[in-house]
Amino acid sequence: MKLKSLILTTAIAALASGVSAEGIKVGMITTLSGGGAGLGIDVRDGFMLAIGQSDRSDIEVVIEDDQRKPDVAVQLADKMIQSEKVDVMTGIIWSNLAMAVVPSVTAQGKFYLSPNAGPSVLAGKGCHKNYFNVAWQNDNLHEAAGAYAKGIGYKNSFILAPNYPAGQDALTGYKRMYQGELAGEIFTKLGQTDYAAEIAQIRASGADSVFFFLPGGMGISFLKQYADSGVALPVVGPAFSFDQGILQAVGDAALGVINTSQWNKDIDNVTNAAFVKTFQAEYGRLPSLYASQGFDTANLLISALETAHPDDANAFRAALEAANFNSTRGKFEFGPNHHPIQDIYAREVIKEGDVYTNKIIGVALENHGDAYAANCSF
Amino acid sequence: MSTILIIEQILNGLQSGIMLFLMAAGLTLIFGVMGLINLAHGSLYMIGAFAAASVAGLTGSFALALIAAMAAAALAGALVEMLVIRRLYATDHLDQVLATFALILIFSESTRWAFGSFPLFLDIPNYLSGPVTLPGGIQYPLYRLVLICVGLLVAIGLGLLITRTRIGIQIRAGENDREMIAALGVDISKLYTLVFALGAALAGLAGALVGAIQSVQVGMGEPVLILAFVVIVIGGIGSIKGALIGSLLVGLTDTLGGVFLPQLFKLFMEPSAAQTSGSALASMAIYVLMGAILIWRPTGLFGARA
Repeated sequence: MKLKSLILTTAIAALASGVSAEGIKVGMITTLSGGGAGLGIDVRDGFMLAIGQSDRSDIEVVIEDDQRKPDVAVQLADKMIQSEKVDVMTGIIWSNLAMAVVPSVTAQGKFYLSPNAGPSVLAGKGCHKNYFNVAWQNDNLHEAAGAYAKGIGYKNSFILAPNYPAGQDALTGYKRMYQGELAGEIFTKLGQTDYAAEIAQIRASGADSVFFFLPGGMGISFLKQYADSGVALPVVGPAFSFDQGILQAVGDAALGVINTSQWNKDIDNVTNAAFVKTFQAEYGRLPSLYASQGFDTANLLISALETAHPDDANAFRAALEAANFNSTRGKFEFGPNHHPIQDIYAREVIKEGDVYTNKIIGVALENHGDAYAANCSF
Repeated sequence: MSTILIIEQILNGLQSGIMLFLMAAGLTLIFGVMGLINLAHGSLYMIGAFAAASVAGLTGSFALALIAAMAAAALAGALVEMLVIRRLYATDHLDQVLATFALILIFSESTRWAFGSFPLFLDIPNYLSGPVTLPGGIQYPLYRLVLICVGLLVAIGLGLLITRTRIGIQIRAGENDREMIAALGVDISKLYTLVFALGAALAGLAGALVGAIQSVQVGMGEPVLILAFVVIVIGGIGSIKGALIGSLLVGLTDTLGGVFLPQLFKLFMEPSAAQTSGSALASMAIYVLMGAILIWRPTGLFGARA
């Protein structure tokens, strides 16, 4: 009897240690083709840089391209969970794709770490205990822009954004902190490239400032056309329209614009300095905020894996919530709804030699959470 | 809603229409003369933009960049015609769609492989930048006026080509009856390559001109391609005049609809609902226009009478 139970215990112990020595599979669905590919490629590169720099050989990352199409993203998510049997998912850039994929991923019991998209629904009413956002809640950078605009004294802003969840969050966020008059408010078409009509309306509106959120190619088009139009109103916006990938394509048209971001390459800490240096050495370009978000997401995951495995969901969740890792932003903590509480900086677009980049000029919001945390309960 | 705003928006509509014409003219010629549905036309637009961005980056000259754009697109067009398209003339339209769709994918991935995934820098030259003051005190970007002029010049040039030259006669005859002109001794294969290359050059020019004020990135041609198909359906297959009128109609409807429909809705709805419904209806406006015109003239405004 005693021998039998001893053998049984040893066998179970062997099995258990086998399970915890087993690695983890990460499913990354991100945008690697089409107009918005730069963002997904930055997130992927930042993520893989951190994975490569860690000493672990047991993290397997499966990467797929969602082509910015919600239906493709949903199919890929199903494939990854059911056939690849991933433990953790990550990667989605666009909020409309996140809204299509994340609820079903978390409902199937998998963890989702968002390196970018942070729609308000997933921070508030639709929050889930398995969903973590390492970047920001969508409104955050826009709230910071609004706070900056209010601080500087803009009284009559013209605001525009594309008509999709992140665009709506953008204008809501700006208005929440700005609290001045609005000379005009426009929702443009997602993917629209010609802004002549909108710029004409800005010119005719009597505004004293312009706030816009137009990520990727849309922002490039708008900035070029705006600079050429002769409407010389000051522009403020979130980092999404002024990130490293876009600035080189826009050129002088972006100089002097103030944009808000939770990260910049000149944030002064050891982790960030090393990140910028190694990213540039590995990929031959300066990192953008998207790359820093991918990097931080991977490091959060690795730090959680030090203490728990996703198979033990409660322990893993607690490890994620502890956020015990070195972030490129300095100190990092999650709020109660698993979204970051962090400083958001105001940066100015400058030219360093031949390269267009950003320089921090101040802090727009300090220790800022998000407006939806109170609606979240899990 | 001031007069200045209205006039500025009309100019914007004209400009976007004229650029659409460059795409639509090539497409309608190819469809009219060769009976071929060419989905790869958007890729030729993209090739023009990328060639212009590369040459402008290397030499700093915008004029050289435009010439390079037309040459690169025409060359790509001629190559594609000789290698792929030639085998598709006798086949079903669906086969042509399939083959040219494959070409889109090949061109997109090759461009991404050659140039990377980030958008390229292409800017308008200093001598064309900045606003000019038009009569009436309207400030309008000089470059957009230049686009309108270039487009009109191309339209006139194409018109003269079609009506006054030998090639033009062959093109018009080919649109009418392909087998007959082959029987009459015209070298069909050379004519087809020429028409394809011409259409491609126009698309490349459009890509370079528009790329300077928008984003030069992979996939930039497909949205324009869709609009170009709407234009040639409205204007009538094979008709350059139809392409011109159709593209101006589409450009004006798209621009003016996007501006004035939300304003119209604001008269009886509250602002944010008016904005969203107005924008939604505006994005449908050109397709509603296409439907209405097809009901009135099933083969398009200047298409062959059935």
